[in-house]
Amino acid sequence: MSNYLLFTIIICYLIMLFILAYRAELKRHSKWINNPYVYTLSLAVYCTAWTYYGSVGIASKSGIDFLPIYLGPVIALPLWIVLMRKIIRISKQHKISSIADFISMRYGNNRAIGALVTITCLIAVIPYIALQLKAVSETFSIMSSEESYVSTGFLDDSTFYIALVIAIFVAFFGTLSTDTSQRRKGIIATVAIESIIKLTFFLIVGIYITFYLFDGTEDIYQQASASVNFKQLATFGKLEDGFNWLFTICLSFFVLFLLPRQFHVAVVENDNQKHLKTAIWLFPLYLLLFNVFVIFIAWAGNIRLPSSLNHDYYTLLLPLSNQHLILSALVFIGGFSAVISMIVVSTLALSTMVSNNIIIPYGFIKKLVEGNPLENEKRIKAIRRLSIFILIIVSYFFYDTFSKELSLYSIGLISFVIIAQLAPSFFLGLFWRRGTAKAAILGILIGLLIVFYKLLLPIMSQVIGIANITSDSIFSIQFLSPESNAFMWSILFNGFAFVTFSLSAKGNYRERNYAELYVNDQNYANLQEGAFVWKGEAYVDDIKRLLNRFLGETRTNRALNIFNKKYNISETEEKADSRLINFSEKLLTGSIGSTSAKILLSSVSKEKPIGLIEVLNILEESKETKASNKLLVEKSEELANLTSKLREANEELRKQDKLKDEFLDTVAHELKTPITAIKAASEVLEDTDMPDVLRQQFLKNIEQDTERLSTLINNILDLEKLSNDRTELEIKSYYIDSTIKKSISAISHLANKNTIKVIYDKNEDIIAEYDEDRIIQVLINLLSNALKFTKPKKGIIKISTIIFKDFIEVSVADNGKGIPKEDQNYVFEKFYQSKGQNTKKPQGSGFGLAICKKIIESHKGDIWIDKKYKKGARIAFTIPKKVK
Amino acid sequence: MKKKILIVDDEPNIVMSLEYAFKKKDFLVYIARDGFEALEITKKHIPDVILLDVMMPQVDGYETLKILKSNNDFNKTKIFFLSAKSKESDIEKGLLLGADGYFTKPFSVKKIIQNIEEQIA
Repeated sequence: MSNYLLFTIIICYLIMLFILAYRAELKRHSKWINNPYVYTLSLAVYCTAWTYYGSVGIASKSGIDFLPIYLGPVIALPLWIVLMRKIIRISKQHKISSIADFISMRYGNNRAIGALVTITCLIAVIPYIALQLKAVSETFSIMSSEESYVSTGFLDDSTFYIALVIAIFVAFFGTLSTDTSQRRKGIIATVAIESIIKLTFFLIVGIYITFYLFDGTEDIYQQASASVNFKQLATFGKLEDGFNWLFTICLSFFVLFLLPRQFHVAVVENDNQKHLKTAIWLFPLYLLLFNVFVIFIAWAGNIRLPSSLNHDYYTLLLPLSNQHLILSALVFIGGFSAVISMIVVSTLALSTMVSNNIIIPYGFIKKLVEGNPLENEKRIKAIRRLSIFILIIVSYFFYDTFSKELSLYSIGLISFVIIAQLAPSFFLGLFWRRGTAKAAILGILIGLLIVFYKLLLPIMSQVIGIANITSDSIFSIQFLSPESNAFMWSILFNGFAFVTFSLSAKGNYRERNYAELYVNDQNYANLQEGAFVWKGEAYVDDIKRLLNRFLGETRTNRALNIFNKKYNISETEEKADSRLINFSEKLLTGSIGSTSAKILLSSVSKEKPIGLIEVLNILEESKETKASNKLLVEKSEELANLTSKLREANEELRKQDKLKDEFLDTVAHELKTPITAIKAASEVLEDTDMPDVLRQQFLKNIEQDTERLSTLINNILDLEKLSNDRTELEIKSYYIDSTIKKSISAISHLANKNTIKVIYDKNEDIIAEYDEDRIIQVLINLLSNALKFTKPKKGIIKISTIIFKDFIEVSVADNGKGIPKEDQNYVFEKFYQSKGQNTKKPQGSGFGLAICKKIIESHKGDIWIDKKYKKGARIAFTIPKKVK
Repeated sequence: MKKKILIVDDEPNIVMSLEYAFKKKDFLVYIARDGFEALEITKKHIPDVILLDVMMPQVDGYETLKILKSNNDFNKTKIFFLSAKSKESDIEKGLLLGADGYFTKPFSVKKIIQNIEEQIA
């Protein structure tokens, strides 16, 4: 392929990225950009050119050793999610924008740690970026048909210009906002798209090689197994290899948190913790897919290509050697996209660290304090852009000078081991309060020293060409690979130093304060500005002036207004309290990093040192206040709840009271009627002239009314007893048939007198459990009602039973005038007075049905009016066959 | 000429005693079981006295009184309520509607007769 064509492809690709990033920035809030899939795909920035090309190289030489780098994340992802939740929570709360910020804040915003972490990352990542450039350059020359082309200096090296374009891209889209805790939607969108591109093209070429160049996996295996060293390539080695695997898996798990680019995409760019739920399955799936064809491509390359060619580029060389130019161009673009996304995110993350943790706190801070907000914004952005360019240019020269000899895989692994030195202070810091800043610095330094001695020294001696220094004499276990050795020993000593020094000397109150906030992050999450304990003197005006310099007047005023409203602080307040200090620190952290923010604020305030115990006490107190506030809110809600319940209960009581009044009224009225009759008759009987027949009649009336009175009183007592559940039912087994017959015989006299027919429609006889006297009472009540409302001579009353599985239904139907519709819903209510206050209920006490209802209910049965029955009235009730 | 009295109540035993007592006093006694029957009877006869129970089925005492009062034929008729409703407010309501008296149950037959004789004398 001609160079021009290749350049055109590269330039088209880069233009596409610019457009994509630009559009994504414009539509920052679209759901196309803010979704869990974009988040997970951006995590796949983990797969670089190392994955794309290097895995194949290592697979072709040493078999399946490429796998643990991907197995680590796959195996440990559930744990990753759990830790990530905590890390993201802490980072969002403190506006953290890089791993250096994260670690330095944990150790009390220590400036030295921030710088050390940044330097460690630089040492690890610059060679890594260099390698990515190397991959671009080498693939470019493989693709290029002009083999005579030899670069004579960086000015005519295409890789240099590609690096510059990448720098421009990052500088443009990475510094749109001075606040580094702001998300870069444009960059993330391109990273996600590139993750799709690299995976798709890699899978395409994998399928092409396996199924087009060969007859499937079986075929490759058959042919490859013919080679001499195949056994070594296809099988897992001895136990010793197992240890190498274990360490590599462990290592890759660490770096999944610690690599600046991983921290950036996973934590800083995270919008929504729920996105982690998608990552938990999609990210491992992505890694597994990426590794499916690696081994087959490697074997295919070993079979088809001369071994003199660079094994790393089998993926590219295989289609090329078969004259499939378009396919190899796709592979080239896939690799290119892996390179670009890695460089973009890495430089973005590193430049933030360099500016916020080295340049600003160590040199520029005084200038910034003197400048005005616009100048400051420009300066900060300039610092960051400059860092980006310096980083990429340094990486380019590193590549140009050193890395031409090294394989992708080895440099990648060394990078990992260096980054892993942050692990003890990072992970232990999350869970162990005692860890201190000094111990963290010492641990990292010791770890770095060991890595330098074990890994870098041999390489440097090799590259520079001094006498071959071997580092096998100490820190060596024979069967481990150099990387595993270095990793194991460095982490061991690093961790040991960290723990020992932490235990031997206590950290200051600031460290301890942040330790508390990290370890117990959930406890303090809602403390917000109260989370950091600060004592001293500061004036609101000074702080305001400081904020003005960085945020400008409008933003400062807006922020302070919100702050004052939130905490109910008067605007005329002169002295600043710890909350304002904390709030301002957070505001500044986004722009200049937490270390510088702390330095700036201490420049305008006189901080008094506080004892550790006091810090802990104050923290505990504010936590309790918060908790008791919460409790208070809960209590008052509870109270409101209770009040409304009380109101309801009151309402109910009032209703009951009214019912009771009505009841008494009715009772009084019902009682007065027979009494009146008796009294009147007695008065009349005083008349001595009265004929005997009449006298007899009056006496009989008196007897009748007395009878009525006593029935009434019994009924009232009955009902009260039943209402209060004071009656004990005498439940026994009875034949329902005989109970019904007894009831009928009790009213048969009255029925015969009025020649009303009573028909009992006998069903199968059955035994049930109930209180017979009570059920007879119900039946007599229903029957007497029926007698009352049917006309003499024409009346027919019919009793029938239906037997169900668990209960019996008994009904009494008549052909009388029926129950008025408006009364049907109320007749069972005690003391209901039919329609209006002044019309009288039909004959009888009026309590009959209410009593029936109570009796049936105490049997756990049901009683109702059959509303569909039109020929008269039909009332039915059920009782269970067995009382439970 | 005999004085005419209409007794309106749905309790036959009470009515029976009143009927006997007023007949003894030489009244011409008419009997109705509810407001509806009472209004039927008053179409043919204009009693001098009406004893009206308040709580009755169909047309209650208040309603009956209103209808009777709207008819000038009954200007001279004395109408008395008989009721078990003995609250002040009930009595007041009855009198406000234009009744000439309000006897609460249980009442004394002698007192009713005495009271009525005074009023129609």
